[in-house]
Parts: sequence; structure tokens; C-alpha cells
Amino acid sequence: MFGRYAEFIVSSYAATAIVVVLLILWVVIDYRRQKARLRDLEARGAVRRSGRSATDLS
Amino acid sequence: MTLTELANPTRFLSLAGRLLPWLAGATALLLTVGLVLAMLAPDDYQQGATVKIMFVHVPNAWLAMFVWGVMSLASLGTLVWRHPLADVAAKTAAPIGAAFTFLALLTGSLWGRPMWGTYWEWDARLTSMLILFLMYLGLIALWRAVEDPSRAARAAAVLTLVGAINLPIIKFSVDWWNTLHQPASVMRMSGPALDKAFLSPLLVMAVGFSLLFLTLHVAAMRNEILRRRVRTLQMMQASRAEAA
Repeated sequence: MFGRYAEFIVSSYAATAIVVVLLILWVVIDYRRQKARLRDLEARGAVRRSGRSATDLS
Repeated sequence: MTLTELANPTRFLSLAGRLLPWLAGATALLLTVGLVLAMLAPDDYQQGATVKIMFVHVPNAWLAMFVWGVMSLASLGTLVWRHPLADVAAKTAAPIGAAFTFLALLTGSLWGRPMWGTYWEWDARLTSMLILFLMYLGLIALWRAVEDPSRAARAAAVLTLVGAINLPIIKFSVDWWNTLHQPASVMRMSGPALDKAFLSPLLVMAVGFSLLFLTLHVAAMRNEILRRRVRTLQMMQASRAEAA
């Protein structure tokens, strides 16, 4: 499809796709980790100064 | 909603939760359309099919510089106005900017090999982009080295503003020095030099990548606010246990 330059073109798009997927995984996994830590703290009786739930995002 | 109201981290969390699905959807749609247009674009009469690398290289290069610009504005917010979300914005933009800069360097290198006959040349444009990448890594290291977020924020803000000097150097390096890199062909005073067949997919990809940055940045800021909430609660628990 890309002729004799295929390896350079495919490598560019593949590298971009890999890095974008890694960035997405980074934010998704980090979000789950922080939510789990907040749930754990809440279960151990931690309360915010405002009195609202630690996991309340609204 | 005013900017002051948005500065409240709790309000930001609420807004982020509502915005993120829409941002992610718009990003996916634009990047899909951009990819289809990029694949359908004709070969260049000189560069052949390698012109397709431009559709990922140029948006990454633009964003590499744009993200540092965003971090510079956020740094002003930290130093001048002590905006509650400013250092959160600066800190979370750095890894995303580093990723875009890495991709700009890598895809540029993969484009350079068939066109210039070399993966790398120590010329002004390439070297100033490499310096930008190293500055991103330095900032990430600084954030990780200082435990207190407010102390780290001030040091990082100063470093970011000093590093912003590199942005015009990158932009005008192709005009000021003799480089292998071609001069600007889109953002020019006389208008874009690119044919519409290449300009349309490039602009769609550029908007798609910009939305990708916005989506990732809002999500990463939300994570950082939650991380700080965890830290505060842990410190409150520790002081309560000490008092008991």
C-alpha cells in the first residue's frame, strides 16, 4: 500500500498508536487507583473537613 | 459558571465527570475521520507516500510546543495568582507534553531517514526539540523529587517559565539557521503553502490531537486532585491517631 516506504510509515503510525494507548491506560488506571484508595480511607473512618464522603465527586 | 467558581477543585471534579465522555467521543470521532482522510490523501510528487508521516508528525510537534505554552500560563497562575488548580494543571500536562515531544522526535526521525538519508542530524530544529524533551523529563523529575506539592509547584513554575524561551527558538530555528528541516508550511504570514489535499487531513488530525490532549489533561487533573485528597485524608488520620 505504501510502496518501498511502508516500514517508515507503518512504524510512525504504530508508535503513535502505542503511546496514545499508554497515555489512556495511564489516566484510566490512575483514576481507579485513587478511587480505591479513597474508598479504603473512607472504610477506615476518614472524613473530609466538609463532612462529605471522600469518594464524592459531585 | 465563572472562572473563580471553576477554580474550586470539587466543582472541577463535577464538571470533569460530565465533560469527559463528550470530549473522549469527539476525540475518537475526529481522529478516526483524520486517519481515513490521511490514508486517502495522495502521494506527494517529491516525497511519495512518506508524506503520510506528516499527518502524525506535525500535530505531535505542534502539541509538544503548545503543551509547554499551557504549562507556562499555568505557571503564571501558580506564581502570580496562586490559583488552586494552576499547579495541578502544570504538573499533569508535563507527562502528556513529553509523550507528544517523544512522538514528534520519533516520527520526524522515521520521516528523515528516507527523505534526508539520516535518522538524526544535530541541526537547530532537531536539537531544540530534543532540548524541549529533556526539559519535560527534568520537570517530571522535579515534581517527583519534592514531596510537598506547593514547594514543588513554585520551583517547577520558575523552571517552566525559563524553559519557555525555547519555544520561539524551536519555531524560528528553521528561519534563523541553515537546517535540514523544511521551513514552516502551514503557520506562515502569507498563508499555508500546502495543497488542500494535504492541508485538510492535517488540520483534522491537528484538531483531533488537540482534543486528545484536552481529554487526557482534564482526566489527569481529576486524578491529581483525587491524589491530593488522599494525601490530605492520610495526614488528617495520622494526626488524629497521634492525638489519641
